[in-house]
Amino acid sequence: MSSAASLLEVRDLVKHFRVGGGLFGSLPGVVRAVDGVSFEIRRGETLGLVGESGCGKTTTGRCILQLERPTSGQIVFEGRDLTVLSEDELRPIRRKMQVIFQDPYSSLNPRMTVGQIIAEPLAVHGIVADRTQRAQRVSELLSHVGLLPQHGHRYPHQLSGGQRQRVGIARALAVEPSLIVCDEPVSALDVSIQAQIINLLEDLQAQFGLTYLFVAHDLSVVRHISDRVAVMYLGKIVEITDRKSLYDIPLHPYTKALLSAVPIPDPELEAQRERVVLGGEVPSPLNPPPGCVFHPRCPIAVDRCRVEVPALREIRPGHRAACLLA
Amino acid sequence: MSSRSAVSVEPAVLARRARDRRWPPAVPLAVVMALVLCALLAPVLAPHSPVEGSLGERLAPPLGLEGSKPGHLLGTDRHGRDTLSRLLYGARISLAVSVVGITLTGAGGGIIGLLAGFFGGWVDTLLMRLADISLSLPGILIAVLLSVVFEPSFTNVIIVVVFLLWPSYARLTRGETLGLKQQEFVALARIAGCSSTRIMFRHIVPNLTPSILVLATLHVGYVIVLEAALSFLGVGIPPPTPSWGVMVADGRGLIEQAWWVSILPGIAILVTVLSLNILGDWVRDRLDPKLRQV
Repeated sequence: MSSAASLLEVRDLVKHFRVGGGLFGSLPGVVRAVDGVSFEIRRGETLGLVGESGCGKTTTGRCILQLERPTSGQIVFEGRDLTVLSEDELRPIRRKMQVIFQDPYSSLNPRMTVGQIIAEPLAVHGIVADRTQRAQRVSELLSHVGLLPQHGHRYPHQLSGGQRQRVGIARALAVEPSLIVCDEPVSALDVSIQAQIINLLEDLQAQFGLTYLFVAHDLSVVRHISDRVAVMYLGKIVEITDRKSLYDIPLHPYTKALLSAVPIPDPELEAQRERVVLGGEVPSPLNPPPGCVFHPRCPIAVDRCRVEVPALREIRPGHRAACLLA
Repeated sequence: MSSRSAVSVEPAVLARRARDRRWPPAVPLAVVMALVLCALLAPVLAPHSPVEGSLGERLAPPLGLEGSKPGHLLGTDRHGRDTLSRLLYGARISLAVSVVGITLTGAGGGIIGLLAGFFGGWVDTLLMRLADISLSLPGILIAVLLSVVFEPSFTNVIIVVVFLLWPSYARLTRGETLGLKQQEFVALARIAGCSSTRIMFRHIVPNLTPSILVLATLHVGYVIVLEAALSFLGVGIPPPTPSWGVMVADGRGLIEQAWWVSILPGIAILVTVLSLNILGDWVRDRLDPKLRQV
């Protein structure tokens, strides 16, 4: 599975959160936010990670960044397992892994200027020690993301959502990372701004040879930017393959339902569109169903699905799905 | 009113407000500066001794009222001591106790709350239980104990002030820190390679200052009155050294015959607290980049 070209490899990642167990009443429980996720990202590619709210895609991203310590599993980045490293040992590696968060409002410190925000990683890692050179680098980074050097003197509240997101991107670029985890980077923005930010991310990828893990719930955005796509449901990957295969011949019934929910911007085609409507709600990750986690909502489930846990297996070359019937 | 006029007025109003904020409010600033000067120059300004009176001139009303004695602009108390002189000297004690006491408490309690909120776990439990213990012991009891063990002094007053007030600051900053810690800019600072110390002092503390400032300005009046209570119990500054709180307490029984003995220091406390509150608000606004823009 591991190849020389892989930049990041996630092996059997599990993250459980303990909840409840308070003084009165509530029984302790375990939320299985991420439950055995494995994938790899090759250098220079974009892996899209999609799924609905609460499926564990953000937690997966945070575990990769070591903002959350995984319950078990390995995160191998550039050949080193990050899960066994201490905070001090992680610091030099953090340079290589950056993140762009969803909320452009809470991701910038309101009491620092844009220039200070972008310069901080440069100062902390001692990349650019000299103050004037640092200012120089900040204006360079601002121009990379389509902002003006004057923006460096502004405070975050003086910028629009799209501009703030650009500041977040400039800050991530400052340390010349190889991997950027984009955690829903456009879902808080207007559609017109979304396109600008996506195009910017693509330009920067070409310019700096970046690798992206693109976490999102918007299938059309993911389709636009990703080389490969992984679909998550209730803490597990149900399907992973290249973009074309996923959108043209989805194998997992959940993927099919998701894709059928994307509206077509043409009233006539839209009227003819076939929709797979899933019944019920996503089960609680506190108490996931036995067997295949998707079986209670699956339109094609059979008895076997209730007892047997499907493995993520290669069904066509380079196309893996976790469905017993695929 | 049409909505159009409201919209067109707003930027101008905002700009004016921003300009107003650039300079400290004049009256409160003048009051506080005058108070500091009075405190510093009390020996020069005071017409009489603050501690020695002449019994022949006791309970003289302020000048201009019937029965007033020349030379006693604001009257005298029941020992014939000059009220104006006592007010000037009293400013020294009252201001020193509140400035030193609140600065120490704000810094100490603030840092304790910051550590508890930031690190959580046993650090949080330990520090917050200490705060609970501190709150559950009656301050007066501690004061009396101190007065038995040590000579009454300025230091004792500061110790009691710190002891009584630090849990408020610790709880305030702990709560705010818990909220700020969850903000994404803190996660980003971590990813940028910042150490915990840097995250605390560069990213969290600047966002804590507004609430600490508000609490501190609110505490000024409380501390002035607390000092009076402590002096009354014999823990504070030993008599006959005047402080505003002591003067209010002294004049309480005489309010019907000689209102000036307690009302005048009362007004001094009121004006000081009000001015410091307004100045505190101004400092808080100046520290907030959102309000600083012109």
